[in-house]
Amino acid sequence: MSEEQKQPTSIGITKGKAWIFGDNINTDIIIPFRFKSRTNDPYEMAKYAMYGYDPDFHKKISNGDLIVAGRNFGGGSSREQAPVALKYAGISAVIAQSFARIFYRNSFTIGLPALEIPEIKGKVNQGDELAVDIAKFSVYNLRSRETFQAAAVPTFMRQMLKEGGLVEYYKKYGRFPWV
Amino acid sequence: MQITSSSSSASFPLKLQKKQDDSQIKSTIDNKSLTFAEKLINIKKNVESINKNTNTLSMAGDIAIVNVDLAMAQDSTGPLAIRSLNEMGIDKIYDPSKVLLVIDHTFPAADEKVANLHKLMRDFTSKHNCILVEGSISHQHIMEYLAAPGMMILGADSHTCQAGCVGAFATGIGSTEIAAVWATGQLWLRVPETIRINLSGNFEEGVFARDLILHYIGEVGEDGASYKSLEWKFSNDHVKKQFSMDSRACISNASMECGAKISIFPVDEITRKYLDENPRTNDTNNNNNSTGMEIEIHAGDSAQYKDEVEIQCSRIEPQVSGPDNVDKVHSVDELANLEIDQAFIGSSTNGRIEDLEVAARILKGRKVHKNTRCIVTPASVKVYEEAIRRGYVEVYLESGAVFTNATCGACVGTHLGALGENETCISSSSRNFVGRMGALSSKVYLASPATVAASAIEGRIADPRRYFQSS
Repeated sequence: MSEEQKQPTSIGITKGKAWIFGDNINTDIIIPFRFKSRTNDPYEMAKYAMYGYDPDFHKKISNGDLIVAGRNFGGGSSREQAPVALKYAGISAVIAQSFARIFYRNSFTIGLPALEIPEIKGKVNQGDELAVDIAKFSVYNLRSRETFQAAAVPTFMRQMLKEGGLVEYYKKYGRFPWV
Repeated sequence: MQITSSSSSASFPLKLQKKQDDSQIKSTIDNKSLTFAEKLINIKKNVESINKNTNTLSMAGDIAIVNVDLAMAQDSTGPLAIRSLNEMGIDKIYDPSKVLLVIDHTFPAADEKVANLHKLMRDFTSKHNCILVEGSISHQHIMEYLAAPGMMILGADSHTCQAGCVGAFATGIGSTEIAAVWATGQLWLRVPETIRINLSGNFEEGVFARDLILHYIGEVGEDGASYKSLEWKFSNDHVKKQFSMDSRACISNASMECGAKISIFPVDEITRKYLDENPRTNDTNNNNNSTGMEIEIHAGDSAQYKDEVEIQCSRIEPQVSGPDNVDKVHSVDELANLEIDQAFIGSSTNGRIEDLEVAARILKGRKVHKNTRCIVTPASVKVYEEAIRRGYVEVYLESGAVFTNATCGACVGTHLGALGENETCISSSSRNFVGRMGALSSKVYLASPATVAASAIEGRIADPRRYFQSS
């Protein structure tokens, strides 16, 4: 019964297969409360990634795969376990037309790239291979050869993401990036 | 984990927090062109931060680093915050009297896994001498004891925005960010744009604050107020009197369901009376006033709004939202006769004494339908005690309902009212998302406590208005 542990992808240029979702994918879908509230282990959380959509999602994805979603991805609760579950299940980035506020903050905090691209709707098919350039904050669709630029974020958020999240940033610099 | 040297964790609390002087604060309060959010963020802005605009006003869209007056985490976000703090090697917190940990979601512990995480929180609070509350929902406890006008409150829980009902800037963030606030007393915030909502007219009997906010969410959608501040206004005193503190708390709390960052009611005589009757106190630390920072802040007359909305209360009918999304809002008639397995009255959205009162009024002398189970859960120990004192608990038990301790349990499907496969529940709780209260195939509909109580009796979604006609 040993679950294969997928390592979170390092930040740089990441390539993976797209999984397409619609609007309003909320944090209860991403990881239900009753699972996330019973563990403090990110790999355990990963077993419930997207449980509300498909309890076996974490088994179906490959390391480095990406989520491409519609409006208001990650709405609802403040649970940081939502981006953590996706990251530790092997998702390398989430691209959405728009994000809910707390999920967006949490993604940068825990080092999961969240790229807001309003024009992404209809431009990526299920299974398309995408390359995400974290330095440029852009997405390239290898099938259609189109490049999409994500909404800009403050420099300190990008720096935090580059280090793999707030904890890693603090461990390296001994201070928080906004100070 | 000892990753950073102790010197790094000892060095930062010393110089970071600096308050602005009184003349600076007064000029911001008097500024006619600022919204509530702009005023409060400017007042709380850390003047020594590296933020480029320290000496100019931060306006909607700007990022500011603010001093935080209260930083809360609960039993499903606190353990991860503690984990992050440990991973960073930080073993000091900035000001224990501003750090609140609440065990409310799965209280009392439903199983061993939860019990271990609760234990982690108790050990942490005892080590750092910060505030620990068990058995009241965090947002209700903050409202009853801690929140004051003009405070900056951050919580690792999305419904932290409830404290906007007393005129506090209160919003939700994640676990690791709350850990950073515990360590330094500050965090970055983007100044939100503001939507002003003007309320006029009177509710029909059987229509409540929850119907109003569900109506608004139905109009604007789940992201309709995303990243925004909502400023509620009353067109006259007549309208104002309908909005008790409990009703305001319901609206501020539920504003999260359209993405609002904060949801603010003006400080008025109703707020002041509430604060007089419920003194701000933090017993845990023998610190009889942790919030001696009350500042009444009102938006300036020429503040810039992203949008201005008018809502006539008299036009609102009892609303039912669901299933699966909060913005799927219907009038109760559209869903009448839909059979239900469970009726739940409670949660931080609608578990206050006003809610328990209306439920008791409807359930008194009547029986819960034989095919329906009805669960009533108060939002806090204070509400629990008051419900006993007023005789509501007897009413519930005689009607066949269950009365539980104060907890978030059923609302998040963790205990005390979870749903099985294909079950249907009508609930006064906060959300109806897929699997929210249990099985992925279960369905949750949201409504006011009156609509839920009427539905409990009839075993199907029911219009509460007829229960008010004879009385």
